[in-house]
Amino acid sequence: MAHITYQKLDDHSVLFWGLLAMHAALIMVGLGAVLYMEHHGHIVTGMNNAVVWGTPHVFAVFLIVAASGALNVASISSVFNRLAYKPFARLSGVLAIALLAGGLAVLVLDLGRPERLTVAMTTYNFKSIFSWNIYLYTGFLVIVAAYLFTMMDRGTARNPAYTKAAGWFAFVWRLALTTGTGSIFGFLVAREAYDAAIMAPLFIAASFLYGLAFTVLVLLTMCRETRQRLLNDEMVSSFRGLLIIFALAVLYFTIVQHLTNLYAAQHWDVEMFILRDGGIYTKLFWLGHIVVGLVIPAGLLLLAGSNAGKAYISERRALTVASILALIGGLCFMYVTIIGGQAFPLKLFPGKEVSSSFLDGQIANYAPSLPEVLLGIAGVSIAMLITGVALKVMPFLPKGEEYDG
Amino acid sequence: MRIAWHIGRVAAAWLLLAILSLGVLPDPASAGPPQVAKGRGDKCVAETGWMRRNHMSVLKHQRDGTVHEGLRTSTFSLKGCVDCHAVKGDDGKAVTVADPKHFCRTCHDYAAVKLDCFECHASRPEGAATQSGAADADPHNGDVAALSAYLKEVQR
Amino acid sequence: MSCSSFEERSAKNGGGCGSGCGCASGGASLQSDEIAPISAARRFFLKSASAFATMALAPGVTLMAYAESTPANARPADQKVSAKNRWGLLIDAGKCQDGCSSCVTACSTENGWATPTRPETDAQWIRKLTVRDPKNGSQFSLPMMCQHCANPPCVDVCPTGASFKRADGIVLVDRHICIGCRYCMMACPYKARSFVHEPLQDQKEYAPRGKGCVESCTMCVHRVDSGRTPACVEACTKTGNNAMIFGDLNDPNSEIAKRVATYRTTRIRDDLGTDPGVYYQNI
Repeated sequence: MAHITYQKLDDHSVLFWGLLAMHAALIMVGLGAVLYMEHHGHIVTGMNNAVVWGTPHVFAVFLIVAASGALNVASISSVFNRLAYKPFARLSGVLAIALLAGGLAVLVLDLGRPERLTVAMTTYNFKSIFSWNIYLYTGFLVIVAAYLFTMMDRGTARNPAYTKAAGWFAFVWRLALTTGTGSIFGFLVAREAYDAAIMAPLFIAASFLYGLAFTVLVLLTMCRETRQRLLNDEMVSSFRGLLIIFALAVLYFTIVQHLTNLYAAQHWDVEMFILRDGGIYTKLFWLGHIVVGLVIPAGLLLLAGSNAGKAYISERRALTVASILALIGGLCFMYVTIIGGQAFPLKLFPGKEVSSSFLDGQIANYAPSLPEVLLGIAGVSIAMLITGVALKVMPFLPKGEEYDG
Repeated sequence: MRIAWHIGRVAAAWLLLAILSLGVLPDPASAGPPQVAKGRGDKCVAETGWMRRNHMSVLKHQRDGTVHEGLRTSTFSLKGCVDCHAVKGDDGKAVTVADPKHFCRTCHDYAAVKLDCFECHASRPEGAATQSGAADADPHNGDVAALSAYLKEVQR
Repeated sequence: MSCSSFEERSAKNGGGCGSGCGCASGGASLQSDEIAPISAARRFFLKSASAFATMALAPGVTLMAYAESTPANARPADQKVSAKNRWGLLIDAGKCQDGCSSCVTACSTENGWATPTRPETDAQWIRKLTVRDPKNGSQFSLPMMCQHCANPPCVDVCPTGASFKRADGIVLVDRHICIGCRYCMMACPYKARSFVHEPLQDQKEYAPRGKGCVESCTMCVHRVDSGRTPACVEACTKTGNNAMIFGDLNDPNSEIAKRVATYRTTRIRDDLGTDPGVYYQNI
């Protein structure tokens, strides 16, 4: 077994400081937006009494789902004994923690009473999937931190059994976590667009895709930053294969979800809304989620892997582009799921038309406001800033061969 | 010797802190203990000093009982506090918590303790928004009228 | 201890209390107490009988003020709500007039939510719903509000327990522990809940509400607790339509229980298993 050496970032490149400064600035702007929303109330957001969860939740759920997926690489190395992935296991753990922290920050800062966070942490209703998630999220942070410790502490790391045990525990926990996140929607009996057990596995498949895309992009950025080839061609090929499989898995669960609903007459109208008549939601579903997020990345990666396609696009380039597209598609998927699902009206009298001063029976309006978007972006920046600082202060990154470029 | 040096250092640090805080804290002469407005009637529902120390606990206790169990005894109801301790502003109407003269604020500002009650609860007696303080002049507000009538009787 | 007897007592003791004996002794015994405030408070309640007389001072006043409109059968103020009761409503859509919204106005006045001008963000605790059959054009109208379910989805999903069901079946939001996550609004099948999007002031004394919390129909819990009927029911009766009645579904002798037992009634989205406390007739 080859010996892996790790490094801290110490080459103070313009790229690194530039990115760090940009993320810090975006976080400050996001916090400013929070103060603004907190002072005026949610009236300054696009959210209303029909669409109660808006853009912040799109970003928050996206980041939380991606967090669990970011642990892929570590799990593959510890649980499935694939040594080739081991050099990236530390980074994978750090990224998982960072993404979860970013997502939770957004979720918490959007609360109507964010200053009551202590109440949320001390008063529980254990029948609520939200309560379980509070434990799943905080537990995830602790477990992944412990997992990192078993990988990085010299004494502990000498015995691979510790890492293996922690790796298994983290693996089971992350599946539970994403099941919990998917079930936030899956358990909503009243909302036709949700209320399905398939939400949990769909979210798990999505987490694999988005988490890996984040990992790949961070790794490729760090290649530029360190001027080292951190990923050899075999790893690029492996990641390419995984991304294809994950994209197809998401596609599969999405198809099953909608086919099931299309079969039941009672759900025809909600399906027609999302798939055909929903305006922005329909566009985001087909163009964003399906085409940009799944079909193009999978096609691009397949092309780059074929003998004929290699002439047009390198595997590395394809991996970068596919990861970026998958993440854009992920945001679209969350937007359609979270906001589209709420925009479709509740059926108080199935089969009848209802109307009222409270806009019953109508497709709800929602347009994201600037502060919401800034808060969401700040969440991504929080995750990236944590990752950047972590890579600087501790040896999470493997050393690769130097290259000029 | 070393101990003396240590004590000297600590003393110097404290002195420095004290001097610095003189600049930061308000002048004690001008900002003394707050002048709290007198409530209606002779005395509070409990001894004043005790209320100062414990009002938050009894209010919280009452709040949980009222909201969850429907207990509506009124000794320690916030509504009672607001009714008796209404402070009139320059326009003769009871002031809201937005005014520094508000009964609760006089102390809470001084102690720098954030008040959360009035995010949801009315901070002045019902009807005070539209009429000037003289409750018994208002024939529509039966409750307040009854209250002040009762207090007059009690005081007699 | 009913309200009327309380009134007598406070009248009898009023002079004594006003002169200070009750309070002074009650207070003095507490002055030296340096124990935990809550237990001090309990002791305050239990220890001295004179403390009870003290209660008659300011608070007794409040009780007395409300005594005029309080029926004799009201639950005593110091008695907890119990599962013996299940408060409910029966709404006859056949009697509910299209275009009449006196129940909505009454609720708005009683609970202090202003007449909505922005239908997307303003709170609506109750609304008039027009239901139309697209096949034949037949339509009816009815008031829609929190259905006070026995199995409320909003209560299930609330992470802090702020959304809760009282023992007597009334579903409420405890705004003291509501963090404003809005998950209950996602879960409610009836769109019964509103989020307060802006800072408020001059709320009604018995209907505290504020920015950042979720709220909904309380079945006028403050009126129910003093033995009265909800404002919407009172207003509907006043119009002469008599489309709404309020009462205890668990009491077989109550009008509501008798009518629910006699006539064919419907509950909205009963298929979801929420077991609402609001029944509808003629829909």
